[in-house]
Amino acid sequence: MTFIAKPKVAHPSLPRNALGSTRRDYEGALSTLCAGCGHDSITAAIVEASWALAIEPQNMVKLSGIGCSSKTTAYFVSGGHGFNSVHGRMPSIAMGANAANRALTYIGVSGDGDTLSIGLGQFCHAIRRNLNMLYIIENNGVYGLTKGQFSASADLGTKAKKGETNFQPPIDPVLLAMTLGASFVARSFSGDKEQLVPLIQAGLKHQGFALIDVLSPCVTFNDHEGSTKSYAYTREHYEPAVHADFVPLQPEITVDYRAGETLPVVLHDGSRILLRKLDAAYDPTNRTSAATHIQERMKLGEHLTGLLYIDESQRDFHDINATPDAPLNSLPFETLSPGSKVLEKALAAYR
Amino acid sequence: MSVAATQQYDDNPRRASILTLLMEPTDTSHPDYYHRVVDCQWACPAHTDVPEYIRLIAQGRFTDAYMVNRESNVFPGILGRVCDRPCEPACRRGRIEQKPVAICRLKRVAADHRDDVTKLLPKIPKLKNGKRIACIGAGCASLTVANDLMPLGYEVTIFEQYGEPGGLMRTNIPSFRLPQTVLSEEIGMITGMGVDLRLNSPIKSMRELLDKGGFDAVFVGSGAPKGKELKLPGREAAAANVHIGIDWLESVAFGHVEKIGKRVLIIGVGNTAMDCCRTSLRLGADSVKVMARKPRGFFKASVWELEDAEEESVAIIINRSPKAFVLASGKLTGMLFDQMEYDLDARGQITAERIVGEEFLPADDVILAIGQENAFPWVERNLGISFDKWDVPVIDKITFQSTRPEVFFGGDAAFGPKNIIWAVEHGHQAAISIHRYAQGEAVAERLAPTVNLQSRKMGMHEWSYSNDYTPVERRLMPHVSIKERFKKLNIEVELGFTAEQVEQEVQRCLNCDVQTVFVAKLCIECDACIDICPVDCLTITHNGTENELRPRLKAPAKNLAQPLYVSAGLPQTGRVMVKDEDLCVHCGLCAERCPTAAWDMQKSTLHWPLATAEAASLEARKPKIA
Ligand SMILES: Cc1cc2nc3c(=O)[nH]c(=O)nc-3n(C[C@H](O)[C@H](O)[C@H](O)COP(=O)(O)OP(=O)(O)OC[C@H]3O[C@@H](n4cnc5c(N)ncnc54)[C@H](O)[C@@H]3O)c2cc1C
Ligand SMILES: Cc1ncc(C[n+]2csc(CCOP(=O)(O)OP(=O)(O)O)c2C)c(N)n1
Ligand code: SF4
Ligand code: SF4
Ligand code: SF4
Ligand SMILES: [Mg+2]
Repeated sequence: MTFIAKPKVAHPSLPRNALGSTRRDYEGALSTLCAGCGHDSITAAIVEASWALAIEPQNMVKLSGIGCSSKTTAYFVSGGHGFNSVHGRMPSIAMGANAANRALTYIGVSGDGDTLSIGLGQFCHAIRRNLNMLYIIENNGVYGLTKGQFSASADLGTKAKKGETNFQPPIDPVLLAMTLGASFVARSFSGDKEQLVPLIQAGLKHQGFALIDVLSPCVTFNDHEGSTKSYAYTREHYEPAVHADFVPLQPEITVDYRAGETLPVVLHDGSRILLRKLDAAYDPTNRTSAATHIQERMKLGEHLTGLLYIDESQRDFHDINATPDAPLNSLPFETLSPGSKVLEKALAAYR
Repeated sequence: MSVAATQQYDDNPRRASILTLLMEPTDTSHPDYYHRVVDCQWACPAHTDVPEYIRLIAQGRFTDAYMVNRESNVFPGILGRVCDRPCEPACRRGRIEQKPVAICRLKRVAADHRDDVTKLLPKIPKLKNGKRIACIGAGCASLTVANDLMPLGYEVTIFEQYGEPGGLMRTNIPSFRLPQTVLSEEIGMITGMGVDLRLNSPIKSMRELLDKGGFDAVFVGSGAPKGKELKLPGREAAAANVHIGIDWLESVAFGHVEKIGKRVLIIGVGNTAMDCCRTSLRLGADSVKVMARKPRGFFKASVWELEDAEEESVAIIINRSPKAFVLASGKLTGMLFDQMEYDLDARGQITAERIVGEEFLPADDVILAIGQENAFPWVERNLGISFDKWDVPVIDKITFQSTRPEVFFGGDAAFGPKNIIWAVEHGHQAAISIHRYAQGEAVAERLAPTVNLQSRKMGMHEWSYSNDYTPVERRLMPHVSIKERFKKLNIEVELGFTAEQVEQEVQRCLNCDVQTVFVAKLCIECDACIDICPVDCLTITHNGTENELRPRLKAPAKNLAQPLYVSAGLPQTGRVMVKDEDLCVHCGLCAERCPTAAWDMQKSTLHWPLATAEAASLEARKPKIA
């Protein structure tokens, strides 16, 4: 951690987005994480993506649970709304907020412990409901905040800092999400912003639940020899399979697709994701073959990364439940609370 | 991710050819590398250690700050007022928020608040080394030569034509900019070393001096004393009211001229013109116009001199080319000018010019301030001292030696008019040459500069320098009121910074000498430094050619005058760490954030050899007699 705040001084030629803001306007409080933590890099990627999408800070909702990773929502978009839930309970807070106000942009940041250990149940149900949010797991294979115990994502055979070996099989959030019917599943690495930033942009614009599992080395408790989540090990064993470029909605589409090389996916608001396959055999639109492929590579000790599965046609929570189009706080009181006569009528229907 | 994979992300079609021409890792052991990062010190002809003296001022150590200055620039009190300050346009702070650190004004703070420095001045050996050196002219160049050679045991004689030492600093720089007391005190520190100063002693024949003087070497520091003429109709007839700027200023300085007409035209818009117009106002003129041939962007005068003149209501009239002096009954009544018009291209260069009219401006006096030249009527041309086809002496740019081995030139006499700080540096270099020459050593084989590095890390989050960026703007120099300052010729206009201003201004310095030093093999490519750098000067990327690399850095490196640092290949991916030195604010956050101490903040100290260092090194190489 650093005691000296990042000064407000910036590069004079720092670009501005559609709102006239610079990237620096999307920063948050000073990080208190260990110097070199992967989580801080992900924070920087979120800052970059939020700036590039020109999200109005006051329209952003940042949610998290407990853990080093969950602390990071304080470190970006200080103008947004934030909620730190109790351990593993972020999805239910996201659920409630999203149900009440669908007009905001929801980003949840959690850890492998927060999501896959104590919060596993909530996580699964958020996926099933296809809640419209971006859910980032900052995956370091340990409980960083409580000093480095193995988490549920620790790989078989990986070694803890003091030397003990993990013998329990890991839960892989990507495969889990795919079996639960998730509509947007990605994996990335904190040390690869070229891949991560467009994924975050795409995830924020995706209608429905977008999961990005980001390998994020814990520099203090899990960056040693023998760890399968260190910087060095991750770099050796992670293979980009599909690169996603995000193309914002433009009045005239000027990008040229170089047919055959890229596959455009049109998102709900008209923006596009351009998928570029780096592994020819991989099909990010076929859930079954994609899952098989991921598993096969995992057996070889490799992590496939990129946008691993996408389906824009799935109905999201609001669609499934036919909720009103507008945020609840914008509805007139009479609509929200139509009175006892209407209630009685509704109850009568069940008698 | 493998290197191959990183490369797949880059769809730059030129990559194949780029990969074959990668940038070499930067050689930071070259003494120029870290020196150059300290923009002010690199720009200063004498390489004054600016950040060091600013830190000393911040600590209230004015005397120490003064001595750091004196070591390099010899005249801190003088230069703290009138230096041409090439350091300021170079200062990094000026690229971050427009206005550079007030480096020059802070130098004056050190000079104004120092204690007596007599005891700190170099010791002069009683026993002389038997070598006698003559300096011609008592300007800053000769004085510097004396300052450097006296401590080594030389007997230095300075011949000065006038009754007072100081050269143009005394005769041309007006006392409302540079008080005589300041000038005399700093010159006194040198003459007080036991220099044989011969005033009222013009050298009329170089031959005589060389043949009969009995000197081992001669330094010519006679300046560039000839003001340029403007040969136009009426010049001769109007002679009584047409003055050559530098001669006129000299007459004012010596009290020979005490007034001027009400309406004065100054021809030319350089620094001499600025002194002429402001001096005119103090000698009774009430309408002073500075006539410029070209538009504003082409003025030779420093911005601050223009500001000071305009503050005193001097009018600067552009696009007027002098045509004739106009007389009535044998007396000057004014001047005729062509009205000019220019076409400028996108870069602001003149592509065409034309005359669009004519204008008469009335005047009682005209002062010509259109340049100076060096002139050597007293140097015979058959002494083995070569002059080129423009009748300018042929001088070696590094050693300042002429084609006659025992004769050296420096200051304005060497390459034409420059400024005080250049004359000082010439003096330093000539002193080294004279020492080597007098000791029978090859003059060109001098010591090379070196740079030392020392970590500023004190503990977990502690650095032994003030690394917080302070967002204060440049402080403005307080001036004597317009009414008050004209009461006497020698009222110094600038009052000097107040204590509060000093306190704020020192914090604006970025400590560019506290360098970011990188060790590639320690880096784990966690990106922490990249993310924290407030000005985006760091990038980890695959290597490339410089042209290709510059635009694709985190913040495109557009300032080609500032170098890129490129590391050796990083252990995990073989990519390189690239730093654009341009806007680094030396906050140290990269080093603070780095988990492996791959970045460290280390203070660089430049050793720019002067005659004392040269002498010590020669001494060390002498065989010791047991
Ligand atoms: C009007 C004006 C304003 C200036 N303002 C500034 C300023 O603000 N800041 C700045 O940095 N620079 C300024 N300069 C330039 C600066 O003054 C000179 O560059 C500098 O003084 C050169 O120093 P020097 O030692 O080479 O020569 P000089 O200062 O010219 O000294 C030469 C000396 O040699 C003597 N001499 C000449 N011939 C002989 C001889 N044959 N025998 C004996 N003695 C001789 C002269 O009398 C003189 O004393 C200004 C110049 C002018 C004209
Ligand atoms: C209900 C509850 N149980 C246990 C804890 C202790 N605890 C705090 S953080 C944490 C694990 C965090 O791990 P992870 O989500 O992976 O975050 P990291 O610190 O690794 O980023 C645990 C078990 C708690 N705060 N609350
Ligand atoms: S900021 Fe300070 S050290 Fe850097 S160039 Fe300016 S004066 Fe020199
Ligand atoms: S010291 Fe480091 S973090 Fe600070 S501006 Fe320079 S490179 Fe950036
Ligand atoms: S913080 Fe240190 S280890 Fe991390 S990328 Fe920068 S130099 Fe490398
Ligand atoms: Mg964790």
